[in-house]
Amino acid sequence: MAEEMVEITKKRQKKSSEDYTYVGMVFHRLTRHKLAMAGAAMLIVILLFVFVGPLIWRADPNAQIEGIEGMFNAPSKAHPLGTDDYGRDVLARMFFGGRISLFIGFVSAISSTMIGAIVGLVAGYYGGWVDNLLMRFTDAMLSMPTFPLLIALSSVIGKGVSQIILVIIVFGWMQDARLVRGMALSLKEQEYVEAARAIGASANRIMWRHLFPNTLAVLIVSTTIGIGSAIIYEASISFLGFGVQAPFASWGNMLQNAQQFIWKAPRLIIYPGLAIFMTVLGFNFFGDGLRDAIDPKLKL
Amino acid sequence: MDNREVLVDIKNLRTFFYTEDGVVPAVDGIDLTIHQGEVVGLVGESGCGKSVTALSIMRLIPDPPGKIVGGEIFFHGEDLLKKSNEEMRLIRGDKISMIFQEPMTSLNPVYTIGDQISEAITLHQKINAVEAKKRTIEMLHLVGIPEPERRYSQYPHEMSGGMRQRVMIAMALSCNPDLLISDEATTALDVTIQAQILDLMRGLQKKLGMAILIITHNLAVVAEMADTINIAYAGKIVESATAREIFKSPRHPYTYGLLQSIPKFTEKRTSEPLPAIEGMVPSPYHMPKGCSFNPRCPFATEKCREEEPELVELAPGHMVRCFHPIES
Repeated sequence: MAEEMVEITKKRQKKSSEDYTYVGMVFHRLTRHKLAMAGAAMLIVILLFVFVGPLIWRADPNAQIEGIEGMFNAPSKAHPLGTDDYGRDVLARMFFGGRISLFIGFVSAISSTMIGAIVGLVAGYYGGWVDNLLMRFTDAMLSMPTFPLLIALSSVIGKGVSQIILVIIVFGWMQDARLVRGMALSLKEQEYVEAARAIGASANRIMWRHLFPNTLAVLIVSTTIGIGSAIIYEASISFLGFGVQAPFASWGNMLQNAQQFIWKAPRLIIYPGLAIFMTVLGFNFFGDGLRDAIDPKLKL
Repeated sequence: MDNREVLVDIKNLRTFFYTEDGVVPAVDGIDLTIHQGEVVGLVGESGCGKSVTALSIMRLIPDPPGKIVGGEIFFHGEDLLKKSNEEMRLIRGDKISMIFQEPMTSLNPVYTIGDQISEAITLHQKINAVEAKKRTIEMLHLVGIPEPERRYSQYPHEMSGGMRQRVMIAMALSCNPDLLISDEATTALDVTIQAQILDLMRGLQKKLGMAILIITHNLAVVAEMADTINIAYAGKIVESATAREIFKSPRHPYTYGLLQSIPKFTEKRTSEPLPAIEGMVPSPYHMPKGCSFNPRCPFATEKCREEEPELVELAPGHMVRCFHPIES
């Protein structure tokens, strides 16, 4: 009996030491979240595909096979996913297109979250007219019909990877700004903020050193889900022909290119479509799981 | 007592809050003097303006809705109310520091306690990270935290309330302030921990020689520690004297009532209920005319309902705001 008790106590102690740090606790909860793990698995597959794939299958994504016999080849040993309308190797294009899509997703999601965080922190911390000004601007941005403007903007500033990123950032920061502002409003009433003021910390210091880290957990989740939607945005812009320009591949412009041949070679639509679907789903599952894992009130 | 140099001299401080329901005169003419190295108590019920006075000294009144509308706060002979925000920021934490009521929430959960004390030091002193860490560990040791090196890298949630309050004290004292404001610093703690923290503060005061302004609603807290005690009621000081005088011969009816309502262990038990001050603190929106204590005062006369008494010196160093002070 007594030995049993000791055993149980030991087990408990072990468990509590695992949950010792916040990061440790979140990780532990995350590994128990089935959906998040499914998402993580999908993302690992995609990342391996995009980054390790080209090392195994060394084909030039832009090399064309001249002549009619090179076009729309069915999958074969020479071209595992076949060729497209220019006789280019689809597998190689999927690799490099994926890199571009993921790059755009990461960069634009992280940047728009940062901008949102800055706007939200300043608005929430200062309050008053600063808050009013920034939040009404945010509302104005939110009430714009995004898509037509996206297209209009891309046609003005040109087409290309950096332009797409810029466009996605311009229309992507508002939700994060609102999120962070809300958190800043409640965080700034916390006593440790008053304590920080009492030791002579400046407004900037309080915002960045004391408030910002406390919003980080939520921002990471928001960025994770943001990457998925940025990839969708990229695909949509590219699909409409304003995105990444030929001959460079992105999953979006591969879709766009393939739509003319939807009856002739439907697989050309299925590959990039499936890749986008898996990536976005993966990020969303993982982001949702992360949100559940960082919420200590939720029992998992 | 009075031969010591004056550190803080608050004259007719008035801090109002402009709310949707009207103006709240939270502090309405508080006078307070703190000498160097002196322990001063500021005692009163909830809402009498104690904390607002402290925040006014720190110039941390949330604006809006609060505003310091009048008076002067001299610190080392200079009026703090005339200082720029930047000058004030350099004084806070360096010359004047403050500890708060809630040790559980006064520390930022995302930083180790070592980081937070070091922050206070590096904000005001030009020293590098290694020296700051050394100083922080010294401070932790000074406030009686065992194993300071290990505690340095712990997070607030790994510590108890009493430990966190010690950390707050270490943070407040890390730059050797001339004045430490303790705003109900022991109220949220268990009675035993309360006694430990008070002991610690008393010991540190003797060792470091800073002045302390103790804000509390608990007369017992200041009874042992304070040199002088100020009793506040409805945004004004109603009585001010040495701790001895206050307990031995309270002159203001409010002070008298407060002392009467403390159970005494030395007296024989009776079946009589403990005397309490009748009535409630007046609503700040509807201050009574004349003396603000008159609706609850057993000695109130027509004069008390018409005119407001001034703070007068009844005995050397014993100030009372009353027309009919109790005879000593």
